Amino acid sequence: MTDALPRAATDGLRANGEGGLLEIRDLVKHFPIKSGVIIDREIGRVRAVDGVSLAVKEGETLGLVGESGSGKSTLCRTVLQLTPPTSGSVRFEGQELVGRSAQSMRPLRREMQMIFQDPYASLNPRQRVGQIIGTPLRIHGLASGEGLKRQVNELLERVGLGPEHYNRFPHEFSGGQRQRIGIARALALRPKLIIADEPVSALDVSIQAQIINLLEDLQREFKLTYVFVAHDLGVIRHVSDRIAVMYLGKIVEVGPAEEVYANPIHPYTLSLLSALPIPDPRANAEREQIVLEGDIPSPANPPAACRFHTRCPYATEICSEEEPALLDYGHGHWAACHHPLHREHPEAVSEALPGLSREPA
Amino acid sequence: MARYIVRRILWGVLMLAIVSAVVFVMFYVFPSADPAELRAGRNASPQQVETIRHALGLDKPIYEQYWEYMKGIVLHFDFGYSYQSSADVRTLILDRLPATIWLVTGAAILWLLMGLPVGIISAIKRRSPLDRATMVTSLAFISAPVFWLGLVALYLFADGVGKLPIFPGQGSYITANTIPEKADSMILPWFVLAAASAAIYARYLRSSMIDVMSEDYIRTARAKGVPERSVIMRHGVRSAITPIVTLLGLDVGVLLAGNAILTETVFNIPGVGRLVFTSIERSDLPVIQGVTLFGAFFIIVFNLIVDIAYAYLDPRVRYR
Amino acid sequence: MSLLEVHDLRVHFQTDDGIVKAVDGVSFSVDRGQTLGIVGESGSGKSVANLTILGLTRSPITSISGRILFEGRDLLDASPDEMQHIRGEEIAMIFQDPLTSLHPFHKIGKQLTEAILVHKDVSTEEASARAIELLRLVGIPDAEGRLKAYPHEFSGGMRQRVMIAMALVNDPKILIADEPTTALDVTIQAQILRLIQRLQDQLGMAVILITHDLGVVADIAEYINVMYAGRIVEAGTLDQIFYDPQHPYTWGLLGSIARPDRPRAQRLSQIQGQPPSLLAPPQGCHFRPRCPYEFNKCPEIPELEARSGDPQHRDRCWLSPERKRTLRVVEGEQIGLEVPAA
Repeated sequence: MTDALPRAATDGLRANGEGGLLEIRDLVKHFPIKSGVIIDREIGRVRAVDGVSLAVKEGETLGLVGESGSGKSTLCRTVLQLTPPTSGSVRFEGQELVGRSAQSMRPLRREMQMIFQDPYASLNPRQRVGQIIGTPLRIHGLASGEGLKRQVNELLERVGLGPEHYNRFPHEFSGGQRQRIGIARALALRPKLIIADEPVSALDVSIQAQIINLLEDLQREFKLTYVFVAHDLGVIRHVSDRIAVMYLGKIVEVGPAEEVYANPIHPYTLSLLSALPIPDPRANAEREQIVLEGDIPSPANPPAACRFHTRCPYATEICSEEEPALLDYGHGHWAACHHPLHREHPEAVSEALPGLSREPA
Repeated sequence: MARYIVRRILWGVLMLAIVSAVVFVMFYVFPSADPAELRAGRNASPQQVETIRHALGLDKPIYEQYWEYMKGIVLHFDFGYSYQSSADVRTLILDRLPATIWLVTGAAILWLLMGLPVGIISAIKRRSPLDRATMVTSLAFISAPVFWLGLVALYLFADGVGKLPIFPGQGSYITANTIPEKADSMILPWFVLAAASAAIYARYLRSSMIDVMSEDYIRTARAKGVPERSVIMRHGVRSAITPIVTLLGLDVGVLLAGNAILTETVFNIPGVGRLVFTSIERSDLPVIQGVTLFGAFFIIVFNLIVDIAYAYLDPRVRYR
Repeated sequence: MSLLEVHDLRVHFQTDDGIVKAVDGVSFSVDRGQTLGIVGESGSGKSVANLTILGLTRSPITSISGRILFEGRDLLDASPDEMQHIRGEEIAMIFQDPLTSLHPFHKIGKQLTEAILVHKDVSTEEASARAIELLRLVGIPDAEGRLKAYPHEFSGGMRQRVMIAMALVNDPKILIADEPTTALDVTIQAQILRLIQRLQDQLGMAVILITHDLGVVADIAEYINVMYAGRIVEAGTLDQIFYDPQHPYTWGLLGSIARPDRPRAQRLSQIQGQPPSLLAPPQGCHFRPRCPYEFNKCPEIPELEARSGDPQHRDRCWLSPERKRTLRVVEGEQIGLEVPAA
């Protein structure tokens, strides 16, 4: 990380990854709030995703971190065109996705799949496992009959289940096993990109490790690219090559995983790291925890200018007047802040996570 | 909350306007015969028919007719004139209304008093012999056709003909003069009309209570040390009752609109239901039109009451 | 005499599929002002054990045995009326999801004053005043105005504060917190944990913190019970559990956490298999099927005993202390650091 004057991002895109498998440019998704006596008028908007630019390189794992209202789940769904964006562009392998008809999206959908958070809600309880995993293959005309069955069994084995599970129903499985079924379903079409929306949050800790290891093995074997959404910072750091931190619909920091954890630039990133309870009593005692006051603001009514200024311990006047731009601090590390930590509050960083070795700024 | 209510009222008015237009068009388009002839009755002469046609404005275009009709209703509460019955439609309906109101109100109170406690107790003592007994009995009452139940009730309990003559029998409402006499004559009809509904409400509340009692906030109430009775009533029933309120509003609205016809027939009660039936038998168009609108009015009004009551009970709904 | 002593608690549920042994021989104690952390995953019995302390698992299908001594008195012998007086007054409990745990149709002022009025014979004004006092204590702005608000009008963190206020309104001697921060965002979680610590300092109650997150207990607990499949498999002080863990399940738990403050591991160590069915748990040590170090003594139930020297540190594993020390190496990295010399 350099101390030289940051270059402004003329194109938030090239900021974080040269044109890659997935290019998201100025993506916006607003949900209108309607109210009225006779006719519904729009009285406000939930600015779930409010101008996000991101690139995902082939073969990497991009970790997306944020709390409630950050927009990370909406971003995933909008990228996959499961809900149409309000504006912006999403390019997959150079092809524009926004505005496509359902018909023309179809072949592209084979390349992008999603794994969902709640293993209890994301599998159809009335379908058998074989059906759940086999349906994508059937719909796209890739297999049928015996060939289909064979492929499904192969997938079941690959995720750690067996052919004896083919005819069972989801309710006969535990959370971790259901998540494996969801992964098999996502893999069925041999996609290039898998977006995993909090795939392990609902699982017990000991099962989480199993699923994370499985996802990593599958990435190597099937040459997958992941966008991994989670709120657990430990998990995110473990799986990600690069990390993007979101707050109220915007990206506040993005960069290589180790960099972001060792040298966070944005105070929100720091407070996330600081708030994380570490399973190590000595380390906890040594920390100077930053505990933010107040609640997370609603994305229907985000604070003006820098959205984090209402909770930021380092905010000054400029923060409520001018929105900070996403600037390049070298080595692919970008952040949007008027008071970057490494320059103005370096001691805060070393107090938050004493365990990590840090480069001199 | 105020905005919620105003919104609902405006929608209600709009619904009424739409229903009235639809009803009007239906009765204009569908009758297989000349409406003037139908209105004139069986034995009218051609001149009479023409006079009626002109008097009723049936030679004017449809939208003018509709406008006249609606003006009559809104400004003068005038639903037209029935030549067959030689009376204002309004008079016919309003004459019949008290009987139906007597019947429906009494039955509703009765079915709530019978059904709700049974539902609550069955839910609390799930799978006990009491619960199973009430579930079976309630199924019987739901399955029994109301006219059969009525005839059986008369057979068993009616004055004069019953095995155990303790209640006034068929037709006693017509001859009753004082309020106590009227109430007395209504006792059997109340029970008969209430039986199926009591059973339905008991089952409904039971199922609603079973869901509610497994909610987290019930566990919190117990953890706070709230006595079990209060947990059941103030926390459980308070939540479980809201769908019942919706149901009640719809049931009462529909009954007032004429759905109690079977009970009214069995017990010979001159109510709105009977009016509907006889007017259809006789193809008395103005009356049919009138009761349809009246019925729609009741249903929409009760829907409105139910919506408002719901918002009162469930604060989360108030902002819609 | 401790404030709370649980002796060999067993809670079995009669279900259509058989008897579920949710809690299968749990013993622990809590002293005044102490913080005990109970760590376990789903199915470990941690919630059922604590609900049983409050008498909330009593039903026709439950069979409970053992003793739960609160200030010397066995709660399992207490009548439902007596238990009702203890709940919310002597021992209070808060739950995981504050949205579903508060009644959606009652204003929170009413829910708070109810907690007071069922136990104390005071006027509504006095109860309201006390409610406002507690809301201020837990950091809710505009406490008096908020009495008329409904739960859905609060954010997640604020709702949890309301629940905490409601639990503390009668100055209970023990606060049981069942996964109080699991449903909350990380930054809010930190706030709530700080709050619980501060309140404990101020009010002096004992706290039993139930969680699956080892990070949470490392922050505020003094003693820890690690539960697995209905039993406590290891119990000890904070330092003992984190720096000298004795049970392979504890090793597995510690090892499978991705720690952001340490250099990145190549691969997370994982525990094979699934937690056992409580209908037919394995014979002897419940962890056997998943334990990489199982040997021929394991089919015999290991009792919860102090095996490593310190009487406060107990575990259920037949392996000798020396063997445990050698085995406690995962992926080339020792689990549990030696306590550094001061």
